[in-house]
Amino acid sequence: MGNNEKKGNALTNNPLVNAIGTQKIVVVLVIILLAILFSVMSPAFRQYSTVVSIFDYSYYISFMAIGVTFPLITGGVDLSIGTGMVSAGLVGGYLVTFKGMPTAVGMLAALCVGLLLGCFNAFLAAKLELPPFIATLGSMMVARGIGSIITGGMAVTWPPSSDPSGWFRSIFKISVGGLNLPIGFLLVIIAVIVMSTVLNKTRPGRYIIALGSNKEATRLSGINVVKWQSLAYLISGLFTGLAGIAYAATFQTIAPGTGAGLELDAIAGAIIGGTSMNGGYGTIVGTLLGVFVMSLLKTGLPFIGLQANWQQIITGLVLIVAVLIDVIKNAKRA
Amino acid sequence: MGEVILTMNGIDKSFPGVHALDHVNLEVRKGEVHALMGENGAGKSTLMKVLTGIYSKDEGTITYEGKEVEFSNPRDAQAAGIVIVHQELNMMNHLTVAQNIFIGRESMSGKLINDKKMNEEAEKLFQKLNIQIDPTEKMGNLTVGKQQMCEIAKAISHDAKVIIFDEPSAALTEAEIEELFKIIRDLREKQLGIVYISHRMDEIKVITDRVTVMRDGGYVGTLITKDSTKDDIINMMVGRVIYEDPKTQSNVAKDAPVVLKVEHLNAGKMVRDVSFELRKGEILGFSGLMGAGRTETARALFGADPVDSGEVYVNGQKVTIKNPMDAVKCGIGYLSEDRKRFGIVVQKTVAENSTMADLDHYMSGIFINKKKENEVAQKYVDSLKTKTPSVDQLVVNLSGGNQQKVVIAKWLVRNCDILIFDEPTRGIDVGAKSEIYHLMNELVAEGKSIIMISSEMTEILRMSDRIVVMCEGRKTGEMDISEATQENIMHAATLRD
Repeated sequence: MGNNEKKGNALTNNPLVNAIGTQKIVVVLVIILLAILFSVMSPAFRQYSTVVSIFDYSYYISFMAIGVTFPLITGGVDLSIGTGMVSAGLVGGYLVTFKGMPTAVGMLAALCVGLLLGCFNAFLAAKLELPPFIATLGSMMVARGIGSIITGGMAVTWPPSSDPSGWFRSIFKISVGGLNLPIGFLLVIIAVIVMSTVLNKTRPGRYIIALGSNKEATRLSGINVVKWQSLAYLISGLFTGLAGIAYAATFQTIAPGTGAGLELDAIAGAIIGGTSMNGGYGTIVGTLLGVFVMSLLKTGLPFIGLQANWQQIITGLVLIVAVLIDVIKNAKRA
Repeated sequence: MGEVILTMNGIDKSFPGVHALDHVNLEVRKGEVHALMGENGAGKSTLMKVLTGIYSKDEGTITYEGKEVEFSNPRDAQAAGIVIVHQELNMMNHLTVAQNIFIGRESMSGKLINDKKMNEEAEKLFQKLNIQIDPTEKMGNLTVGKQQMCEIAKAISHDAKVIIFDEPSAALTEAEIEELFKIIRDLREKQLGIVYISHRMDEIKVITDRVTVMRDGGYVGTLITKDSTKDDIINMMVGRVIYEDPKTQSNVAKDAPVVLKVEHLNAGKMVRDVSFELRKGEILGFSGLMGAGRTETARALFGADPVDSGEVYVNGQKVTIKNPMDAVKCGIGYLSEDRKRFGIVVQKTVAENSTMADLDHYMSGIFINKKKENEVAQKYVDSLKTKTPSVDQLVVNLSGGNQQKVVIAKWLVRNCDILIFDEPTRGIDVGAKSEIYHLMNELVAEGKSIIMISSEMTEILRMSDRIVVMCEGRKTGEMDISEATQENIMHAATLRD
């Protein structure tokens, strides 16, 4: 009966707002408000170097978050991206620093580690149909262990930017006349554009959304759900590799055994950006905005005197509020 | 009827422990609507799954367009022109109508999907079918009826030559069914072969040309619809005559005490100033079209949805029901229209479901008393004649009718005196239906009182002592069964402001 007669899902009658999505507008407002708040409360925040540092910390989370948006849209999750990213950075750096291989080989190796991890997750979650949470929780631990074993438990230092083989760092940041330009952001934007197109305009994207919305119906439509679900994890893996490179470019050294917990920053970013944990819905632009909120909080809170523990609390609350908005919106819709 | 397009001959299929299909035959001609009937579990769905390649057959032949075929998956069957419109709607709610219809065969411009072209194609399809749906609307925002139309459009867009409708009318209003029939007749004109699976005898008479009946996985026979009576068909299905006539007068004494009184209930847009009384031992039928606000009224009364205003009296006492827990304390039980979503936990056993609403009484300290639970579950399995191998059986393995009995048992265990049955026989086969009716009559004879929401006119007229009719959230009619007719109910059901 009437239960099925849902009203239109738009909360407003403004076509522009509906096109962009209410959640994204809220997130943009939050970003602007946070920026104003931090600027007013701390003069030090209003410096160019702060902006650069916000960008610096956003690259690796951005890549992870763009990637993990795909498993999330299928209704799954990928918990292995944090330790996977660190592993990728470790393995690549190990080859460059300890084995004397060219930087490009190290970067390629990092991507391969990510992709292998994606394959492993795809096999477990899509082919064997393990619950994605369990499958990737397992691979998260596996990835952490493997990274440490390959480097023999040693920390890895990728070549510094002063070294000619440290050229990869200038993909993300270049110095022009003493001024640091965070050009890595351009890479992130390109990734967002490409992956948005893949998600919204190509068959793989369409099928990933479809199977997240109703897997059985998608299967009955004659679509190979195992293949497309696998692809979601492969994309996540590839971006884990990319994040590994960005991570290596951002930090001087990478310590083995770390990375656990970083996946949660990325997942939180995607969720704040409006991706549904139940699958079927999510946007890459939203994810990027969500990551920006996270990154802004991480960089900005110390400026107003709130240290690590407070950052955790506030970031957690922001996440809860973001999801709450979604829940309330859905309740109104029903 | 034209030439034969599809023949299934001697189809046999076994699963471990079950002989699901025992040499079944089915012949479909061009320009024919062929009913496939049988109780739940008779093997209709299995037969269709064999046809479309979801299951492989053990024996028998399928001849389609003069050639022997064997499809290995639904996609192959689809490509050949055999399409199922599923009973459980198979839609991706987050995608648009057009995206759903063309899933798996999107229009492309190079590597990119051309949504604009797909919207145009969908629009053309809808025009051909004479239905009005916006192709860019998200599927989840459509009514069940509209979603079904989209399924049909999807089937037709596959250049289908044989369309199988698996209980298409289960969730539709009378008006939507009319629209569906119009489309089906149109498809028949166009010389498609149509297999129509339904439990509703009235529809079979109206829309089909021939009927094939199955029972317990076996083939019983095929009849020409217009030469056979309802009783003929039902006899073939169950082997006994069960059709009952409408009730002519109320079984409730005029002075029977009022057990439930609802005054000026308002809840959201779908429940507006609804007042009614329920007497002891009465079956109060709630009739109306889809979206009339009957389920919403029941849910508001039960505390499942927030109430804006209004008063509720149980046995003369004013009560405040803020949530289902309060309602249950007042002795009100609600049997949802959507069993799988709200009524039962399908992955739990019969026993666990039976005591779910009253677990406090089945505890020993902090542990559930399994023995006591099984005893009471068994008691109601016996008294309701629930067909289950044991009370430890998972509910998911029971048929629709037996699942409904488990829900009834749940509220009886809780000792509820006021039971709200929301579409009690939806998706239940004729045999089980008649048992549910019998059971409801027994319950009121024992002094329970029942509110029965039903979209089936025959059900309302057969069961109710009194009838409340709703339209667009308001009560638009109330009548004793002695003065109720299909016409005056329908009149009240379409009374708009």
